[in-house]
This record gives sequence, structure tokens and C-alpha cells, in this order.
Amino acid sequence: MCGIVGLFLKNDELRDQLGAMLTDMLVTMSDRGPDSAGIAIYGAEGDGLKVTVQSGTPDKCFAGLDKELGAALGQSVRMKVMDTHAVLTVPDGEGKNAVDFLEKKGLCVMGIGEAMEIYKEVGLPKDVAARFGIRNMAGSHGIGHTRMATESAVTTLGAHPFSTAEDQCLVHNGSLSNHNQMRRVLARKGFTPKTENDTEVAACYISSRIAEGANLGEALEGTLEDLDGFFTFVMGTKNGFGVVRDPIACKPAVMAEADDYIAFASEYRAFADLPGIENARVWEPEPATVYFWER
Amino acid sequence: MKTAELADAEPETSGVQTIDMARTELRQVNATLQAQNAAANQRKWTIENPRGSHAMAVGLDAPIEVTVKGSTGYYCAGMNKQATVHVEGSAGPGLAENMMSGTVIVEGDASQYAGATGHGGLLVIKGNASSRCGISMKGIDIVVHGNVGHMSAFMAQKGNLVVLGDAGDALGDSLYEARLFVRGSVKSLGADCIEKEMRPEHLEILKSLLERAGAAARPEEFRRYGSARKLYNFHVDHAGEY
Repeated sequence: MCGIVGLFLKNDELRDQLGAMLTDMLVTMSDRGPDSAGIAIYGAEGDGLKVTVQSGTPDKCFAGLDKELGAALGQSVRMKVMDTHAVLTVPDGEGKNAVDFLEKKGLCVMGIGEAMEIYKEVGLPKDVAARFGIRNMAGSHGIGHTRMATESAVTTLGAHPFSTAEDQCLVHNGSLSNHNQMRRVLARKGFTPKTENDTEVAACYISSRIAEGANLGEALEGTLEDLDGFFTFVMGTKNGFGVVRDPIACKPAVMAEADDYIAFASEYRAFADLPGIENARVWEPEPATVYFWER
Repeated sequence: MKTAELADAEPETSGVQTIDMARTELRQVNATLQAQNAAANQRKWTIENPRGSHAMAVGLDAPIEVTVKGSTGYYCAGMNKQATVHVEGSAGPGLAENMMSGTVIVEGDASQYAGATGHGGLLVIKGNASSRCGISMKGIDIVVHGNVGHMSAFMAQKGNLVVLGDAGDALGDSLYEARLFVRGSVKSLGADCIEKEMRPEHLEILKSLLERAGAAARPEEFRRYGSARKLYNFHVDHAGEY
């Protein structure tokens, strides 16, 4: 069992409230996944590429990291430290060099993107959200996950969301049964999962399809054909938000569309505090049916 | 029951007891409702601010009427006996599981396995029901004003499932003696489920159920499905059907 939440704003006036709305939704889903939590938030873009890194010893690893990376790239780098995570903003085109440098230093790269920042840790969702100050974050859309681990260990890297390409990330409720076979197929395409986690394989699969030219909807459609197992997926891209459930659809899902937003959650409880929910269209996404929105 | 348990119930002049879940724990709400019996004076209850709570109004066993002002989560009105539970929003998975008697009405949609294993009573869903509606039903009557999802009435043994809209894949798979009535299309029939002749006695049953469920449809618009009874006993020619 896991919990998923997602929120895609249609009204920019709510941008400053995105973090608070997502945090409340995430914390409500604690019963479904108390062992770890994570959130991807799509915030302001346009001033470079954001690389989110994680360290178990942030005091030591993050001290002077922006200057070191800046010197290595020969460019100026900005850094925002949030507990065990740091977001380093590097000039466009320097993403790969930055990732190489950071990984050599032993840091875990959680994700990279013009808009996306990822925060995930082991612990109760309310504690994880508080450590990173998610409540104060602004943005256009975001997805979150509360984890009750089944397929791999309870670790920071086993928490969701998983990002396997720029500005793309995935959260999952379920378990996949053909992920080992798919792992080998994806490795040949250059999308090698870094962890033992089945969800990361699904993220790699979707990223590989998008890299091959599929749009978000087509990539999600592909999961129905090529991934075997139980899944409710919620995917974020720089400008999009998508949902798909496997044909058996055992894993719960509910969606809401209001004038100001589109929301997804594992359970209706997570919607209870959303503004205007009483007048929103609320429905259960159909099995084997792709839903996606792009701005 | 101790009077203290009723402390949060607010008596109103209309005789309706109101419990606000913003101020009352779920366990206390359920304990209060479960403590009602045939001799109870307070027959009408309203639950405010359900906020998608799990296991709302479960295990009731008295001829009381409970109105839930909003949407509920998992397992609403489970194991109901005698009571009428009216949900004004939508219901999460496992609505009215194992109902014995009474009536459960949902104004919105119901998630998966609504009415599962029910032995009796009437379940009315005014919106759509998702997958596995009426799975293993054992005597309950279920009327869905909208559509039902895949694998509905799987292994259904007894009772009636009435669907005013469409049915998803594998309707009535491995069906026993439950009667299935569908007005719209059926995406596919499950193993051992076949269309059957609609006889006068079936039209009578349907007419009565539609009336009780407040459904504006004519019995003649429905088709009936039931068990071909080929899977009751193992036959090697049917091994592939299981």
C-alpha cells in the first residue's frame, strides 16, 4: 500500500499556495505510507537548470559546494540548502557536467530540470514535509508519495518520486512483476535504473518513450502494453501531469477537476481541504485509461 | 450506553440527532450509532463533515436512518442490518460490504467492490459503481443508476444486480444463481455467464426493484443475464474456462 497525491493548477493565482495544498494532501495520506515520503514540485523556471542533490551528511557535503561546482564549471552556481537536500542552479547546458561532478563527490542526484525540484526522505510524511519546508514552496504543479515499501528497502533512494529525465518524475502505487526483464531492455536503450526499485524501472520506461518522441499520453499508454503488474501511476513533466491505472485497477484512485485545479489522490480524504472541492467534478479514473493535461 | 457518549450529539427540534465529525471521533460516532436498538427513540441521525472517513456507520443493527452529509472513504455502511444509510456524496472502496438487511443509498459514485458478499437488503448507487460491484453477492439487491466496472457480480451467488447504464468487461464471471439485469451495453460476459430469456416473473422483480430504488426506467428496457451452470461441476472439457 502507498499513497499518491498530485495537483495541477489551472489558476496561477494559487501558485503561492501549491506547497501548502500538496503538504496537506500528503500528510492526509500518511496512513497509506508511513515509512517514507517525497514530493516533486514544479516551481519557477527560466534562470538555469536546477539539480537537486541529497546527502546523508549535508553539513559536511554542502559547505562550499556551490563554489566548488562553480569553479569546476567555470560559471556561477546558486545553491539552496533544505535539510538533507540542496538545489544547485547551473547555467543551461551544464546539466551533465554538473551531475558528473556531483556524483563523483558521492552525492545522490535526485533529479534535474528547469522547473522541477525533488525532496524525499525516510520518515513520517509530516516530518519529511516539515524538514524541507514544502509548505512554503510555490509552483504550477506537483506530485507526492507516501510509501509503504514492498519491492525494495526503506531508504531515501527507494522513496518516490523517481526522476529519470529532465523535469520528468513518477510516483507509483502498486508493484511490477516484469521489472527485472524491463531493466535489461531499458539499459540497452541507455536508461539504466540506479536502484533495485520497480518504480524507477517504470520511470525509465516512460522517459525512454518520451525520448523516442512519444508525448506524455502516448508514453503512459505504453505502460499498459509493456509493464506487467499492479500500478496507479502519476507522472509530472515540465508542463504536464498524467495518470494511468493498470487494467485490473485494484489500487485506489480518485480525481477532481475544479475551475482552479486538477487533483489526484489515492483517497478522497486528501481532497477534503481543497478550495471549492464541494463543487468540483470528482470521479474515479477508469482502468487502462490515460488522463493527461498540459499547459 | 453511557450518556457521556452522546455528549456531542445535538438534539434538534425536528428530532434529528446531528453529529459533527469535525468535533467527534469516528469511533465515538460509530459506537453511538451501534448502540441504537429496536426500542431507540432517536431514529434519525445526521453525520456532518465526514471528509472521506473510513468505516463510517458500520455494523449498525437498528431501524434507524443515518444521513451522511458528504463523501466517505473505505468500507462505509459495512455489515449493515436494518438501518438506512444515505450518503449524500460518493463512497470509497468496499461500500456496504456484507450487508445483511436494511438500505444503503449513495447519491454519487461508489468505488470498487460495492455490495461485496452482501446477504440481504438494498444497495442503491445513483452514480456509477466501479469494478467488482456485487462480487460474491449472496442475496443482496443492488441497483446502480449509472454504469458498473469490470468483473461485476464475479461469483455472485444470490440476489439481483440491476444496472441502468453499461457494464464493463467480464460481467458475471463464474456466476452462480444471482440475476443480472442490464439496460445498456455489456462490454463482455465473463466465463459461464450468458444472456437469458426475460420472463414475466423477472419483469415483476425488476419493476419492484426499480421502484424501490427510485429509478425511472422500464423493466422491458433491460436484458437478463445468468449462469449457464456449466462450471458447477468440473468437466475436463471446461478446464480452460476456469
